[in-house]
Amino acid sequence: MADVAPQRITDIGPPHYEQFLPPVIKNNYGKWLYHEIPKPGVLLHVAESGDKLYSVRAATPRLMSVDSIRLFADLADKYCDGHLRWTSRNNVEFLLTDESKVDPLINELKENNFPVGGIGNSISNIVHTQGWIHCHSAAIDASGIVKSVMDRLIGHFKNRDLPGKIRIALACCLNMCGAVHCSDIAILGVHRRPPRIMHDTVNKICEIPTLVASCPTAAIRPATVDGHPSVEVIEDLCMFCANCYTVCPSLPLNDPLNDGVSIWVGGKVSNARTEPKFSKLAVPFIPNDPPRWTEVVDTVEKIVDTWRADAKKYERVGDWIERIGWPRFFQKTGFEFTKYHIDDFKHAGLSFKRSTHLKY
Amino acid sequence: MSDTKKDFGTPLLDDLEKGDWPSFVKEIKQPAVRNPMAKDLLGLLETSYREKVGHWKHGGIVGVLGYGGGVIGRYSDIPEKYPNVAHFHTLRVNHPSGWFYTSEVLRKICDLWDKHGSGITNMHGSTGDIILLGTITDELEPTFSELTKNGFDLGGSGSAVRTPSCCVGKARCEWACYDTMALTHHITQRFQDDLHRPAFPYKFKFKMAGCPNDCVASIARADMSIIGIWRDDIRINQDAVGEYADKGMDINSDVINNCPTKCMEWDGKTLNIDNSNCNKCMHCINVMPKALRPGTDTGACILLGSKAPIVEGAQLSSVMVPFMKIKPPYDELYDLADRIIDVWAENGKNRERVGEFMQRVGMGNFLEEIGLDPIPEMVSQPRDNPYIFFEDYYEEDDEEEEEE
Repeated sequence: MADVAPQRITDIGPPHYEQFLPPVIKNNYGKWLYHEIPKPGVLLHVAESGDKLYSVRAATPRLMSVDSIRLFADLADKYCDGHLRWTSRNNVEFLLTDESKVDPLINELKENNFPVGGIGNSISNIVHTQGWIHCHSAAIDASGIVKSVMDRLIGHFKNRDLPGKIRIALACCLNMCGAVHCSDIAILGVHRRPPRIMHDTVNKICEIPTLVASCPTAAIRPATVDGHPSVEVIEDLCMFCANCYTVCPSLPLNDPLNDGVSIWVGGKVSNARTEPKFSKLAVPFIPNDPPRWTEVVDTVEKIVDTWRADAKKYERVGDWIERIGWPRFFQKTGFEFTKYHIDDFKHAGLSFKRSTHLKY
Repeated sequence: MSDTKKDFGTPLLDDLEKGDWPSFVKEIKQPAVRNPMAKDLLGLLETSYREKVGHWKHGGIVGVLGYGGGVIGRYSDIPEKYPNVAHFHTLRVNHPSGWFYTSEVLRKICDLWDKHGSGITNMHGSTGDIILLGTITDELEPTFSELTKNGFDLGGSGSAVRTPSCCVGKARCEWACYDTMALTHHITQRFQDDLHRPAFPYKFKFKMAGCPNDCVASIARADMSIIGIWRDDIRINQDAVGEYADKGMDINSDVINNCPTKCMEWDGKTLNIDNSNCNKCMHCINVMPKALRPGTDTGACILLGSKAPIVEGAQLSSVMVPFMKIKPPYDELYDLADRIIDVWAENGKNRERVGEFMQRVGMGNFLEEIGLDPIPEMVSQPRDNPYIFFEDYYEEDDEEEEEE
């Protein structure tokens, strides 16, 4: 009998989550009653049946070796029958039913340098993406800045000592693969110089109409350069968003001399108490300074400290600024207000102060 | 531990092993002792840190047979220096809803990745996939084969449906207004073809949140945001409210005065909510989880259009359907999703997200095409500019005909 070639498996989608749920979740699915936070980094959910689920949350660097994942697997086996999950912000959660195992697990996580915390009025993990580890369009690194910022602010991860929730996110460029446009504090990589055009390859590897259409400010025009069909960039119209590079490798913008970090504040995603809002510019430019990006860290810490000292209970950064007003925000933080802080894209006028509600 | 220092030294990265936050450098160094890809990644990254610029080339189309996405091609621009990351492609692996795993299944993924790739992952990417970070072209098919044998599949990339994701929902959260995980799994299966074979103008993301807290940032990141909500009365346990007061909570200050619609009253004994004026913001429930719960007439608010800034500016999703019941087989939801995708896929420009498409064609026109009536819930205010594109006008001949 001839051997039959094995059927190639495709289009099966992810494994069904149900096979990974611990019994306490299967038994109480959709029948949870309330939750508490008995200590930092621990959630206690109580079901209508009276069953209890302890979730112990620990920080991860998002980039994880298989070695560390195996360590988590071992810890899960030891403390909670192998059941664990990850959160939407790159933390890991172990799912326990035995309260007596909570503290030993916390200790073993700490011994392995995975701090426990990030629940309630604390800084959770920093959402970020690839940076120089893997991305072609990154103006800054991601993991290095996240590590540097959280090394400084880890106290606010481990403890619940903030007026409200605060969410920090980082994007290495304007593509914003980490969706930083709605964060309490956003760290955003920026370019400051127009693309360098490789005229001899533009027409070979790019579609010029797509390239022209990609520019939000219509700064790119078709042009013949040295006999090649190519493009020109009207530099005054270029605001270095690098969308042209995204659609055409012949227009790189990465530039070690001019790339750097911008800091944005006041965004939020959740509808809790106040509506979602975009992040707004706080500091337009800080140079790249690997490995520790000290000025970036200082700036983020300044924002956290200023908000923490001044905000009322439950006020997110954006809510706090709305109450005290933006002039007071710049005064209290000491950040310089520049022409760059004033919008000049479409609908820019919507953000001008068109009233006399001023504080003196 | 690792001999990276001996070979080319990584003093800048080594500094990032210090400090209490978990170190990604330590993570890369772990497989680097046995895996040349991880080792070269360290060297390349150190070079980037020294030169303050990335060393990855733009894209490169690689994939597995029959799929148009799920693999992100990546080539280094200094392959002669770091040959083991000359190709360093990424596989996106569709995660189980809610990111629930067992130790057993995690070990399977680790074993196959140790064998076929760098041993480095992201748990997880921003969209939600498990990221297998870095392997060569020849390993893509074998990795995919082992993944599918173990019940996993690739996630979405490019101009396709991207991997749907959700909050923990009814698995653990008492506030979940519908089963986010069940819907996410169902949507992912239903859209497999559109997920693996990009055929849209641009990406399309579904994100499922169980309540307006939106722990999965659906309103900021999804084309179609499905956010759990209720439309009846908040359930109140008056005894539990009293307990919060007894334990020292200043209910007036923390809860009543923070209600955005001022629909609550507390007289020291009884909490009253004028539910017809409640806008479901979740604040009071967030503050008193033992005393307050969402109502029982639950479903989801369907919003559309969020995106990051490029090209026309960032958007948050806006209301399409204020309330929809969410129960299998989800016919009403899929009917709407299909109508939206059909109109957008047919008429959208290259790289035009649904949110930008709606802005370009006009929301009123878009609603007509997808068969939704305009309702005031869709706007935070009616227009304040008078440039109204009236669609009908009389001609003089019409009047004469009428008179006859």
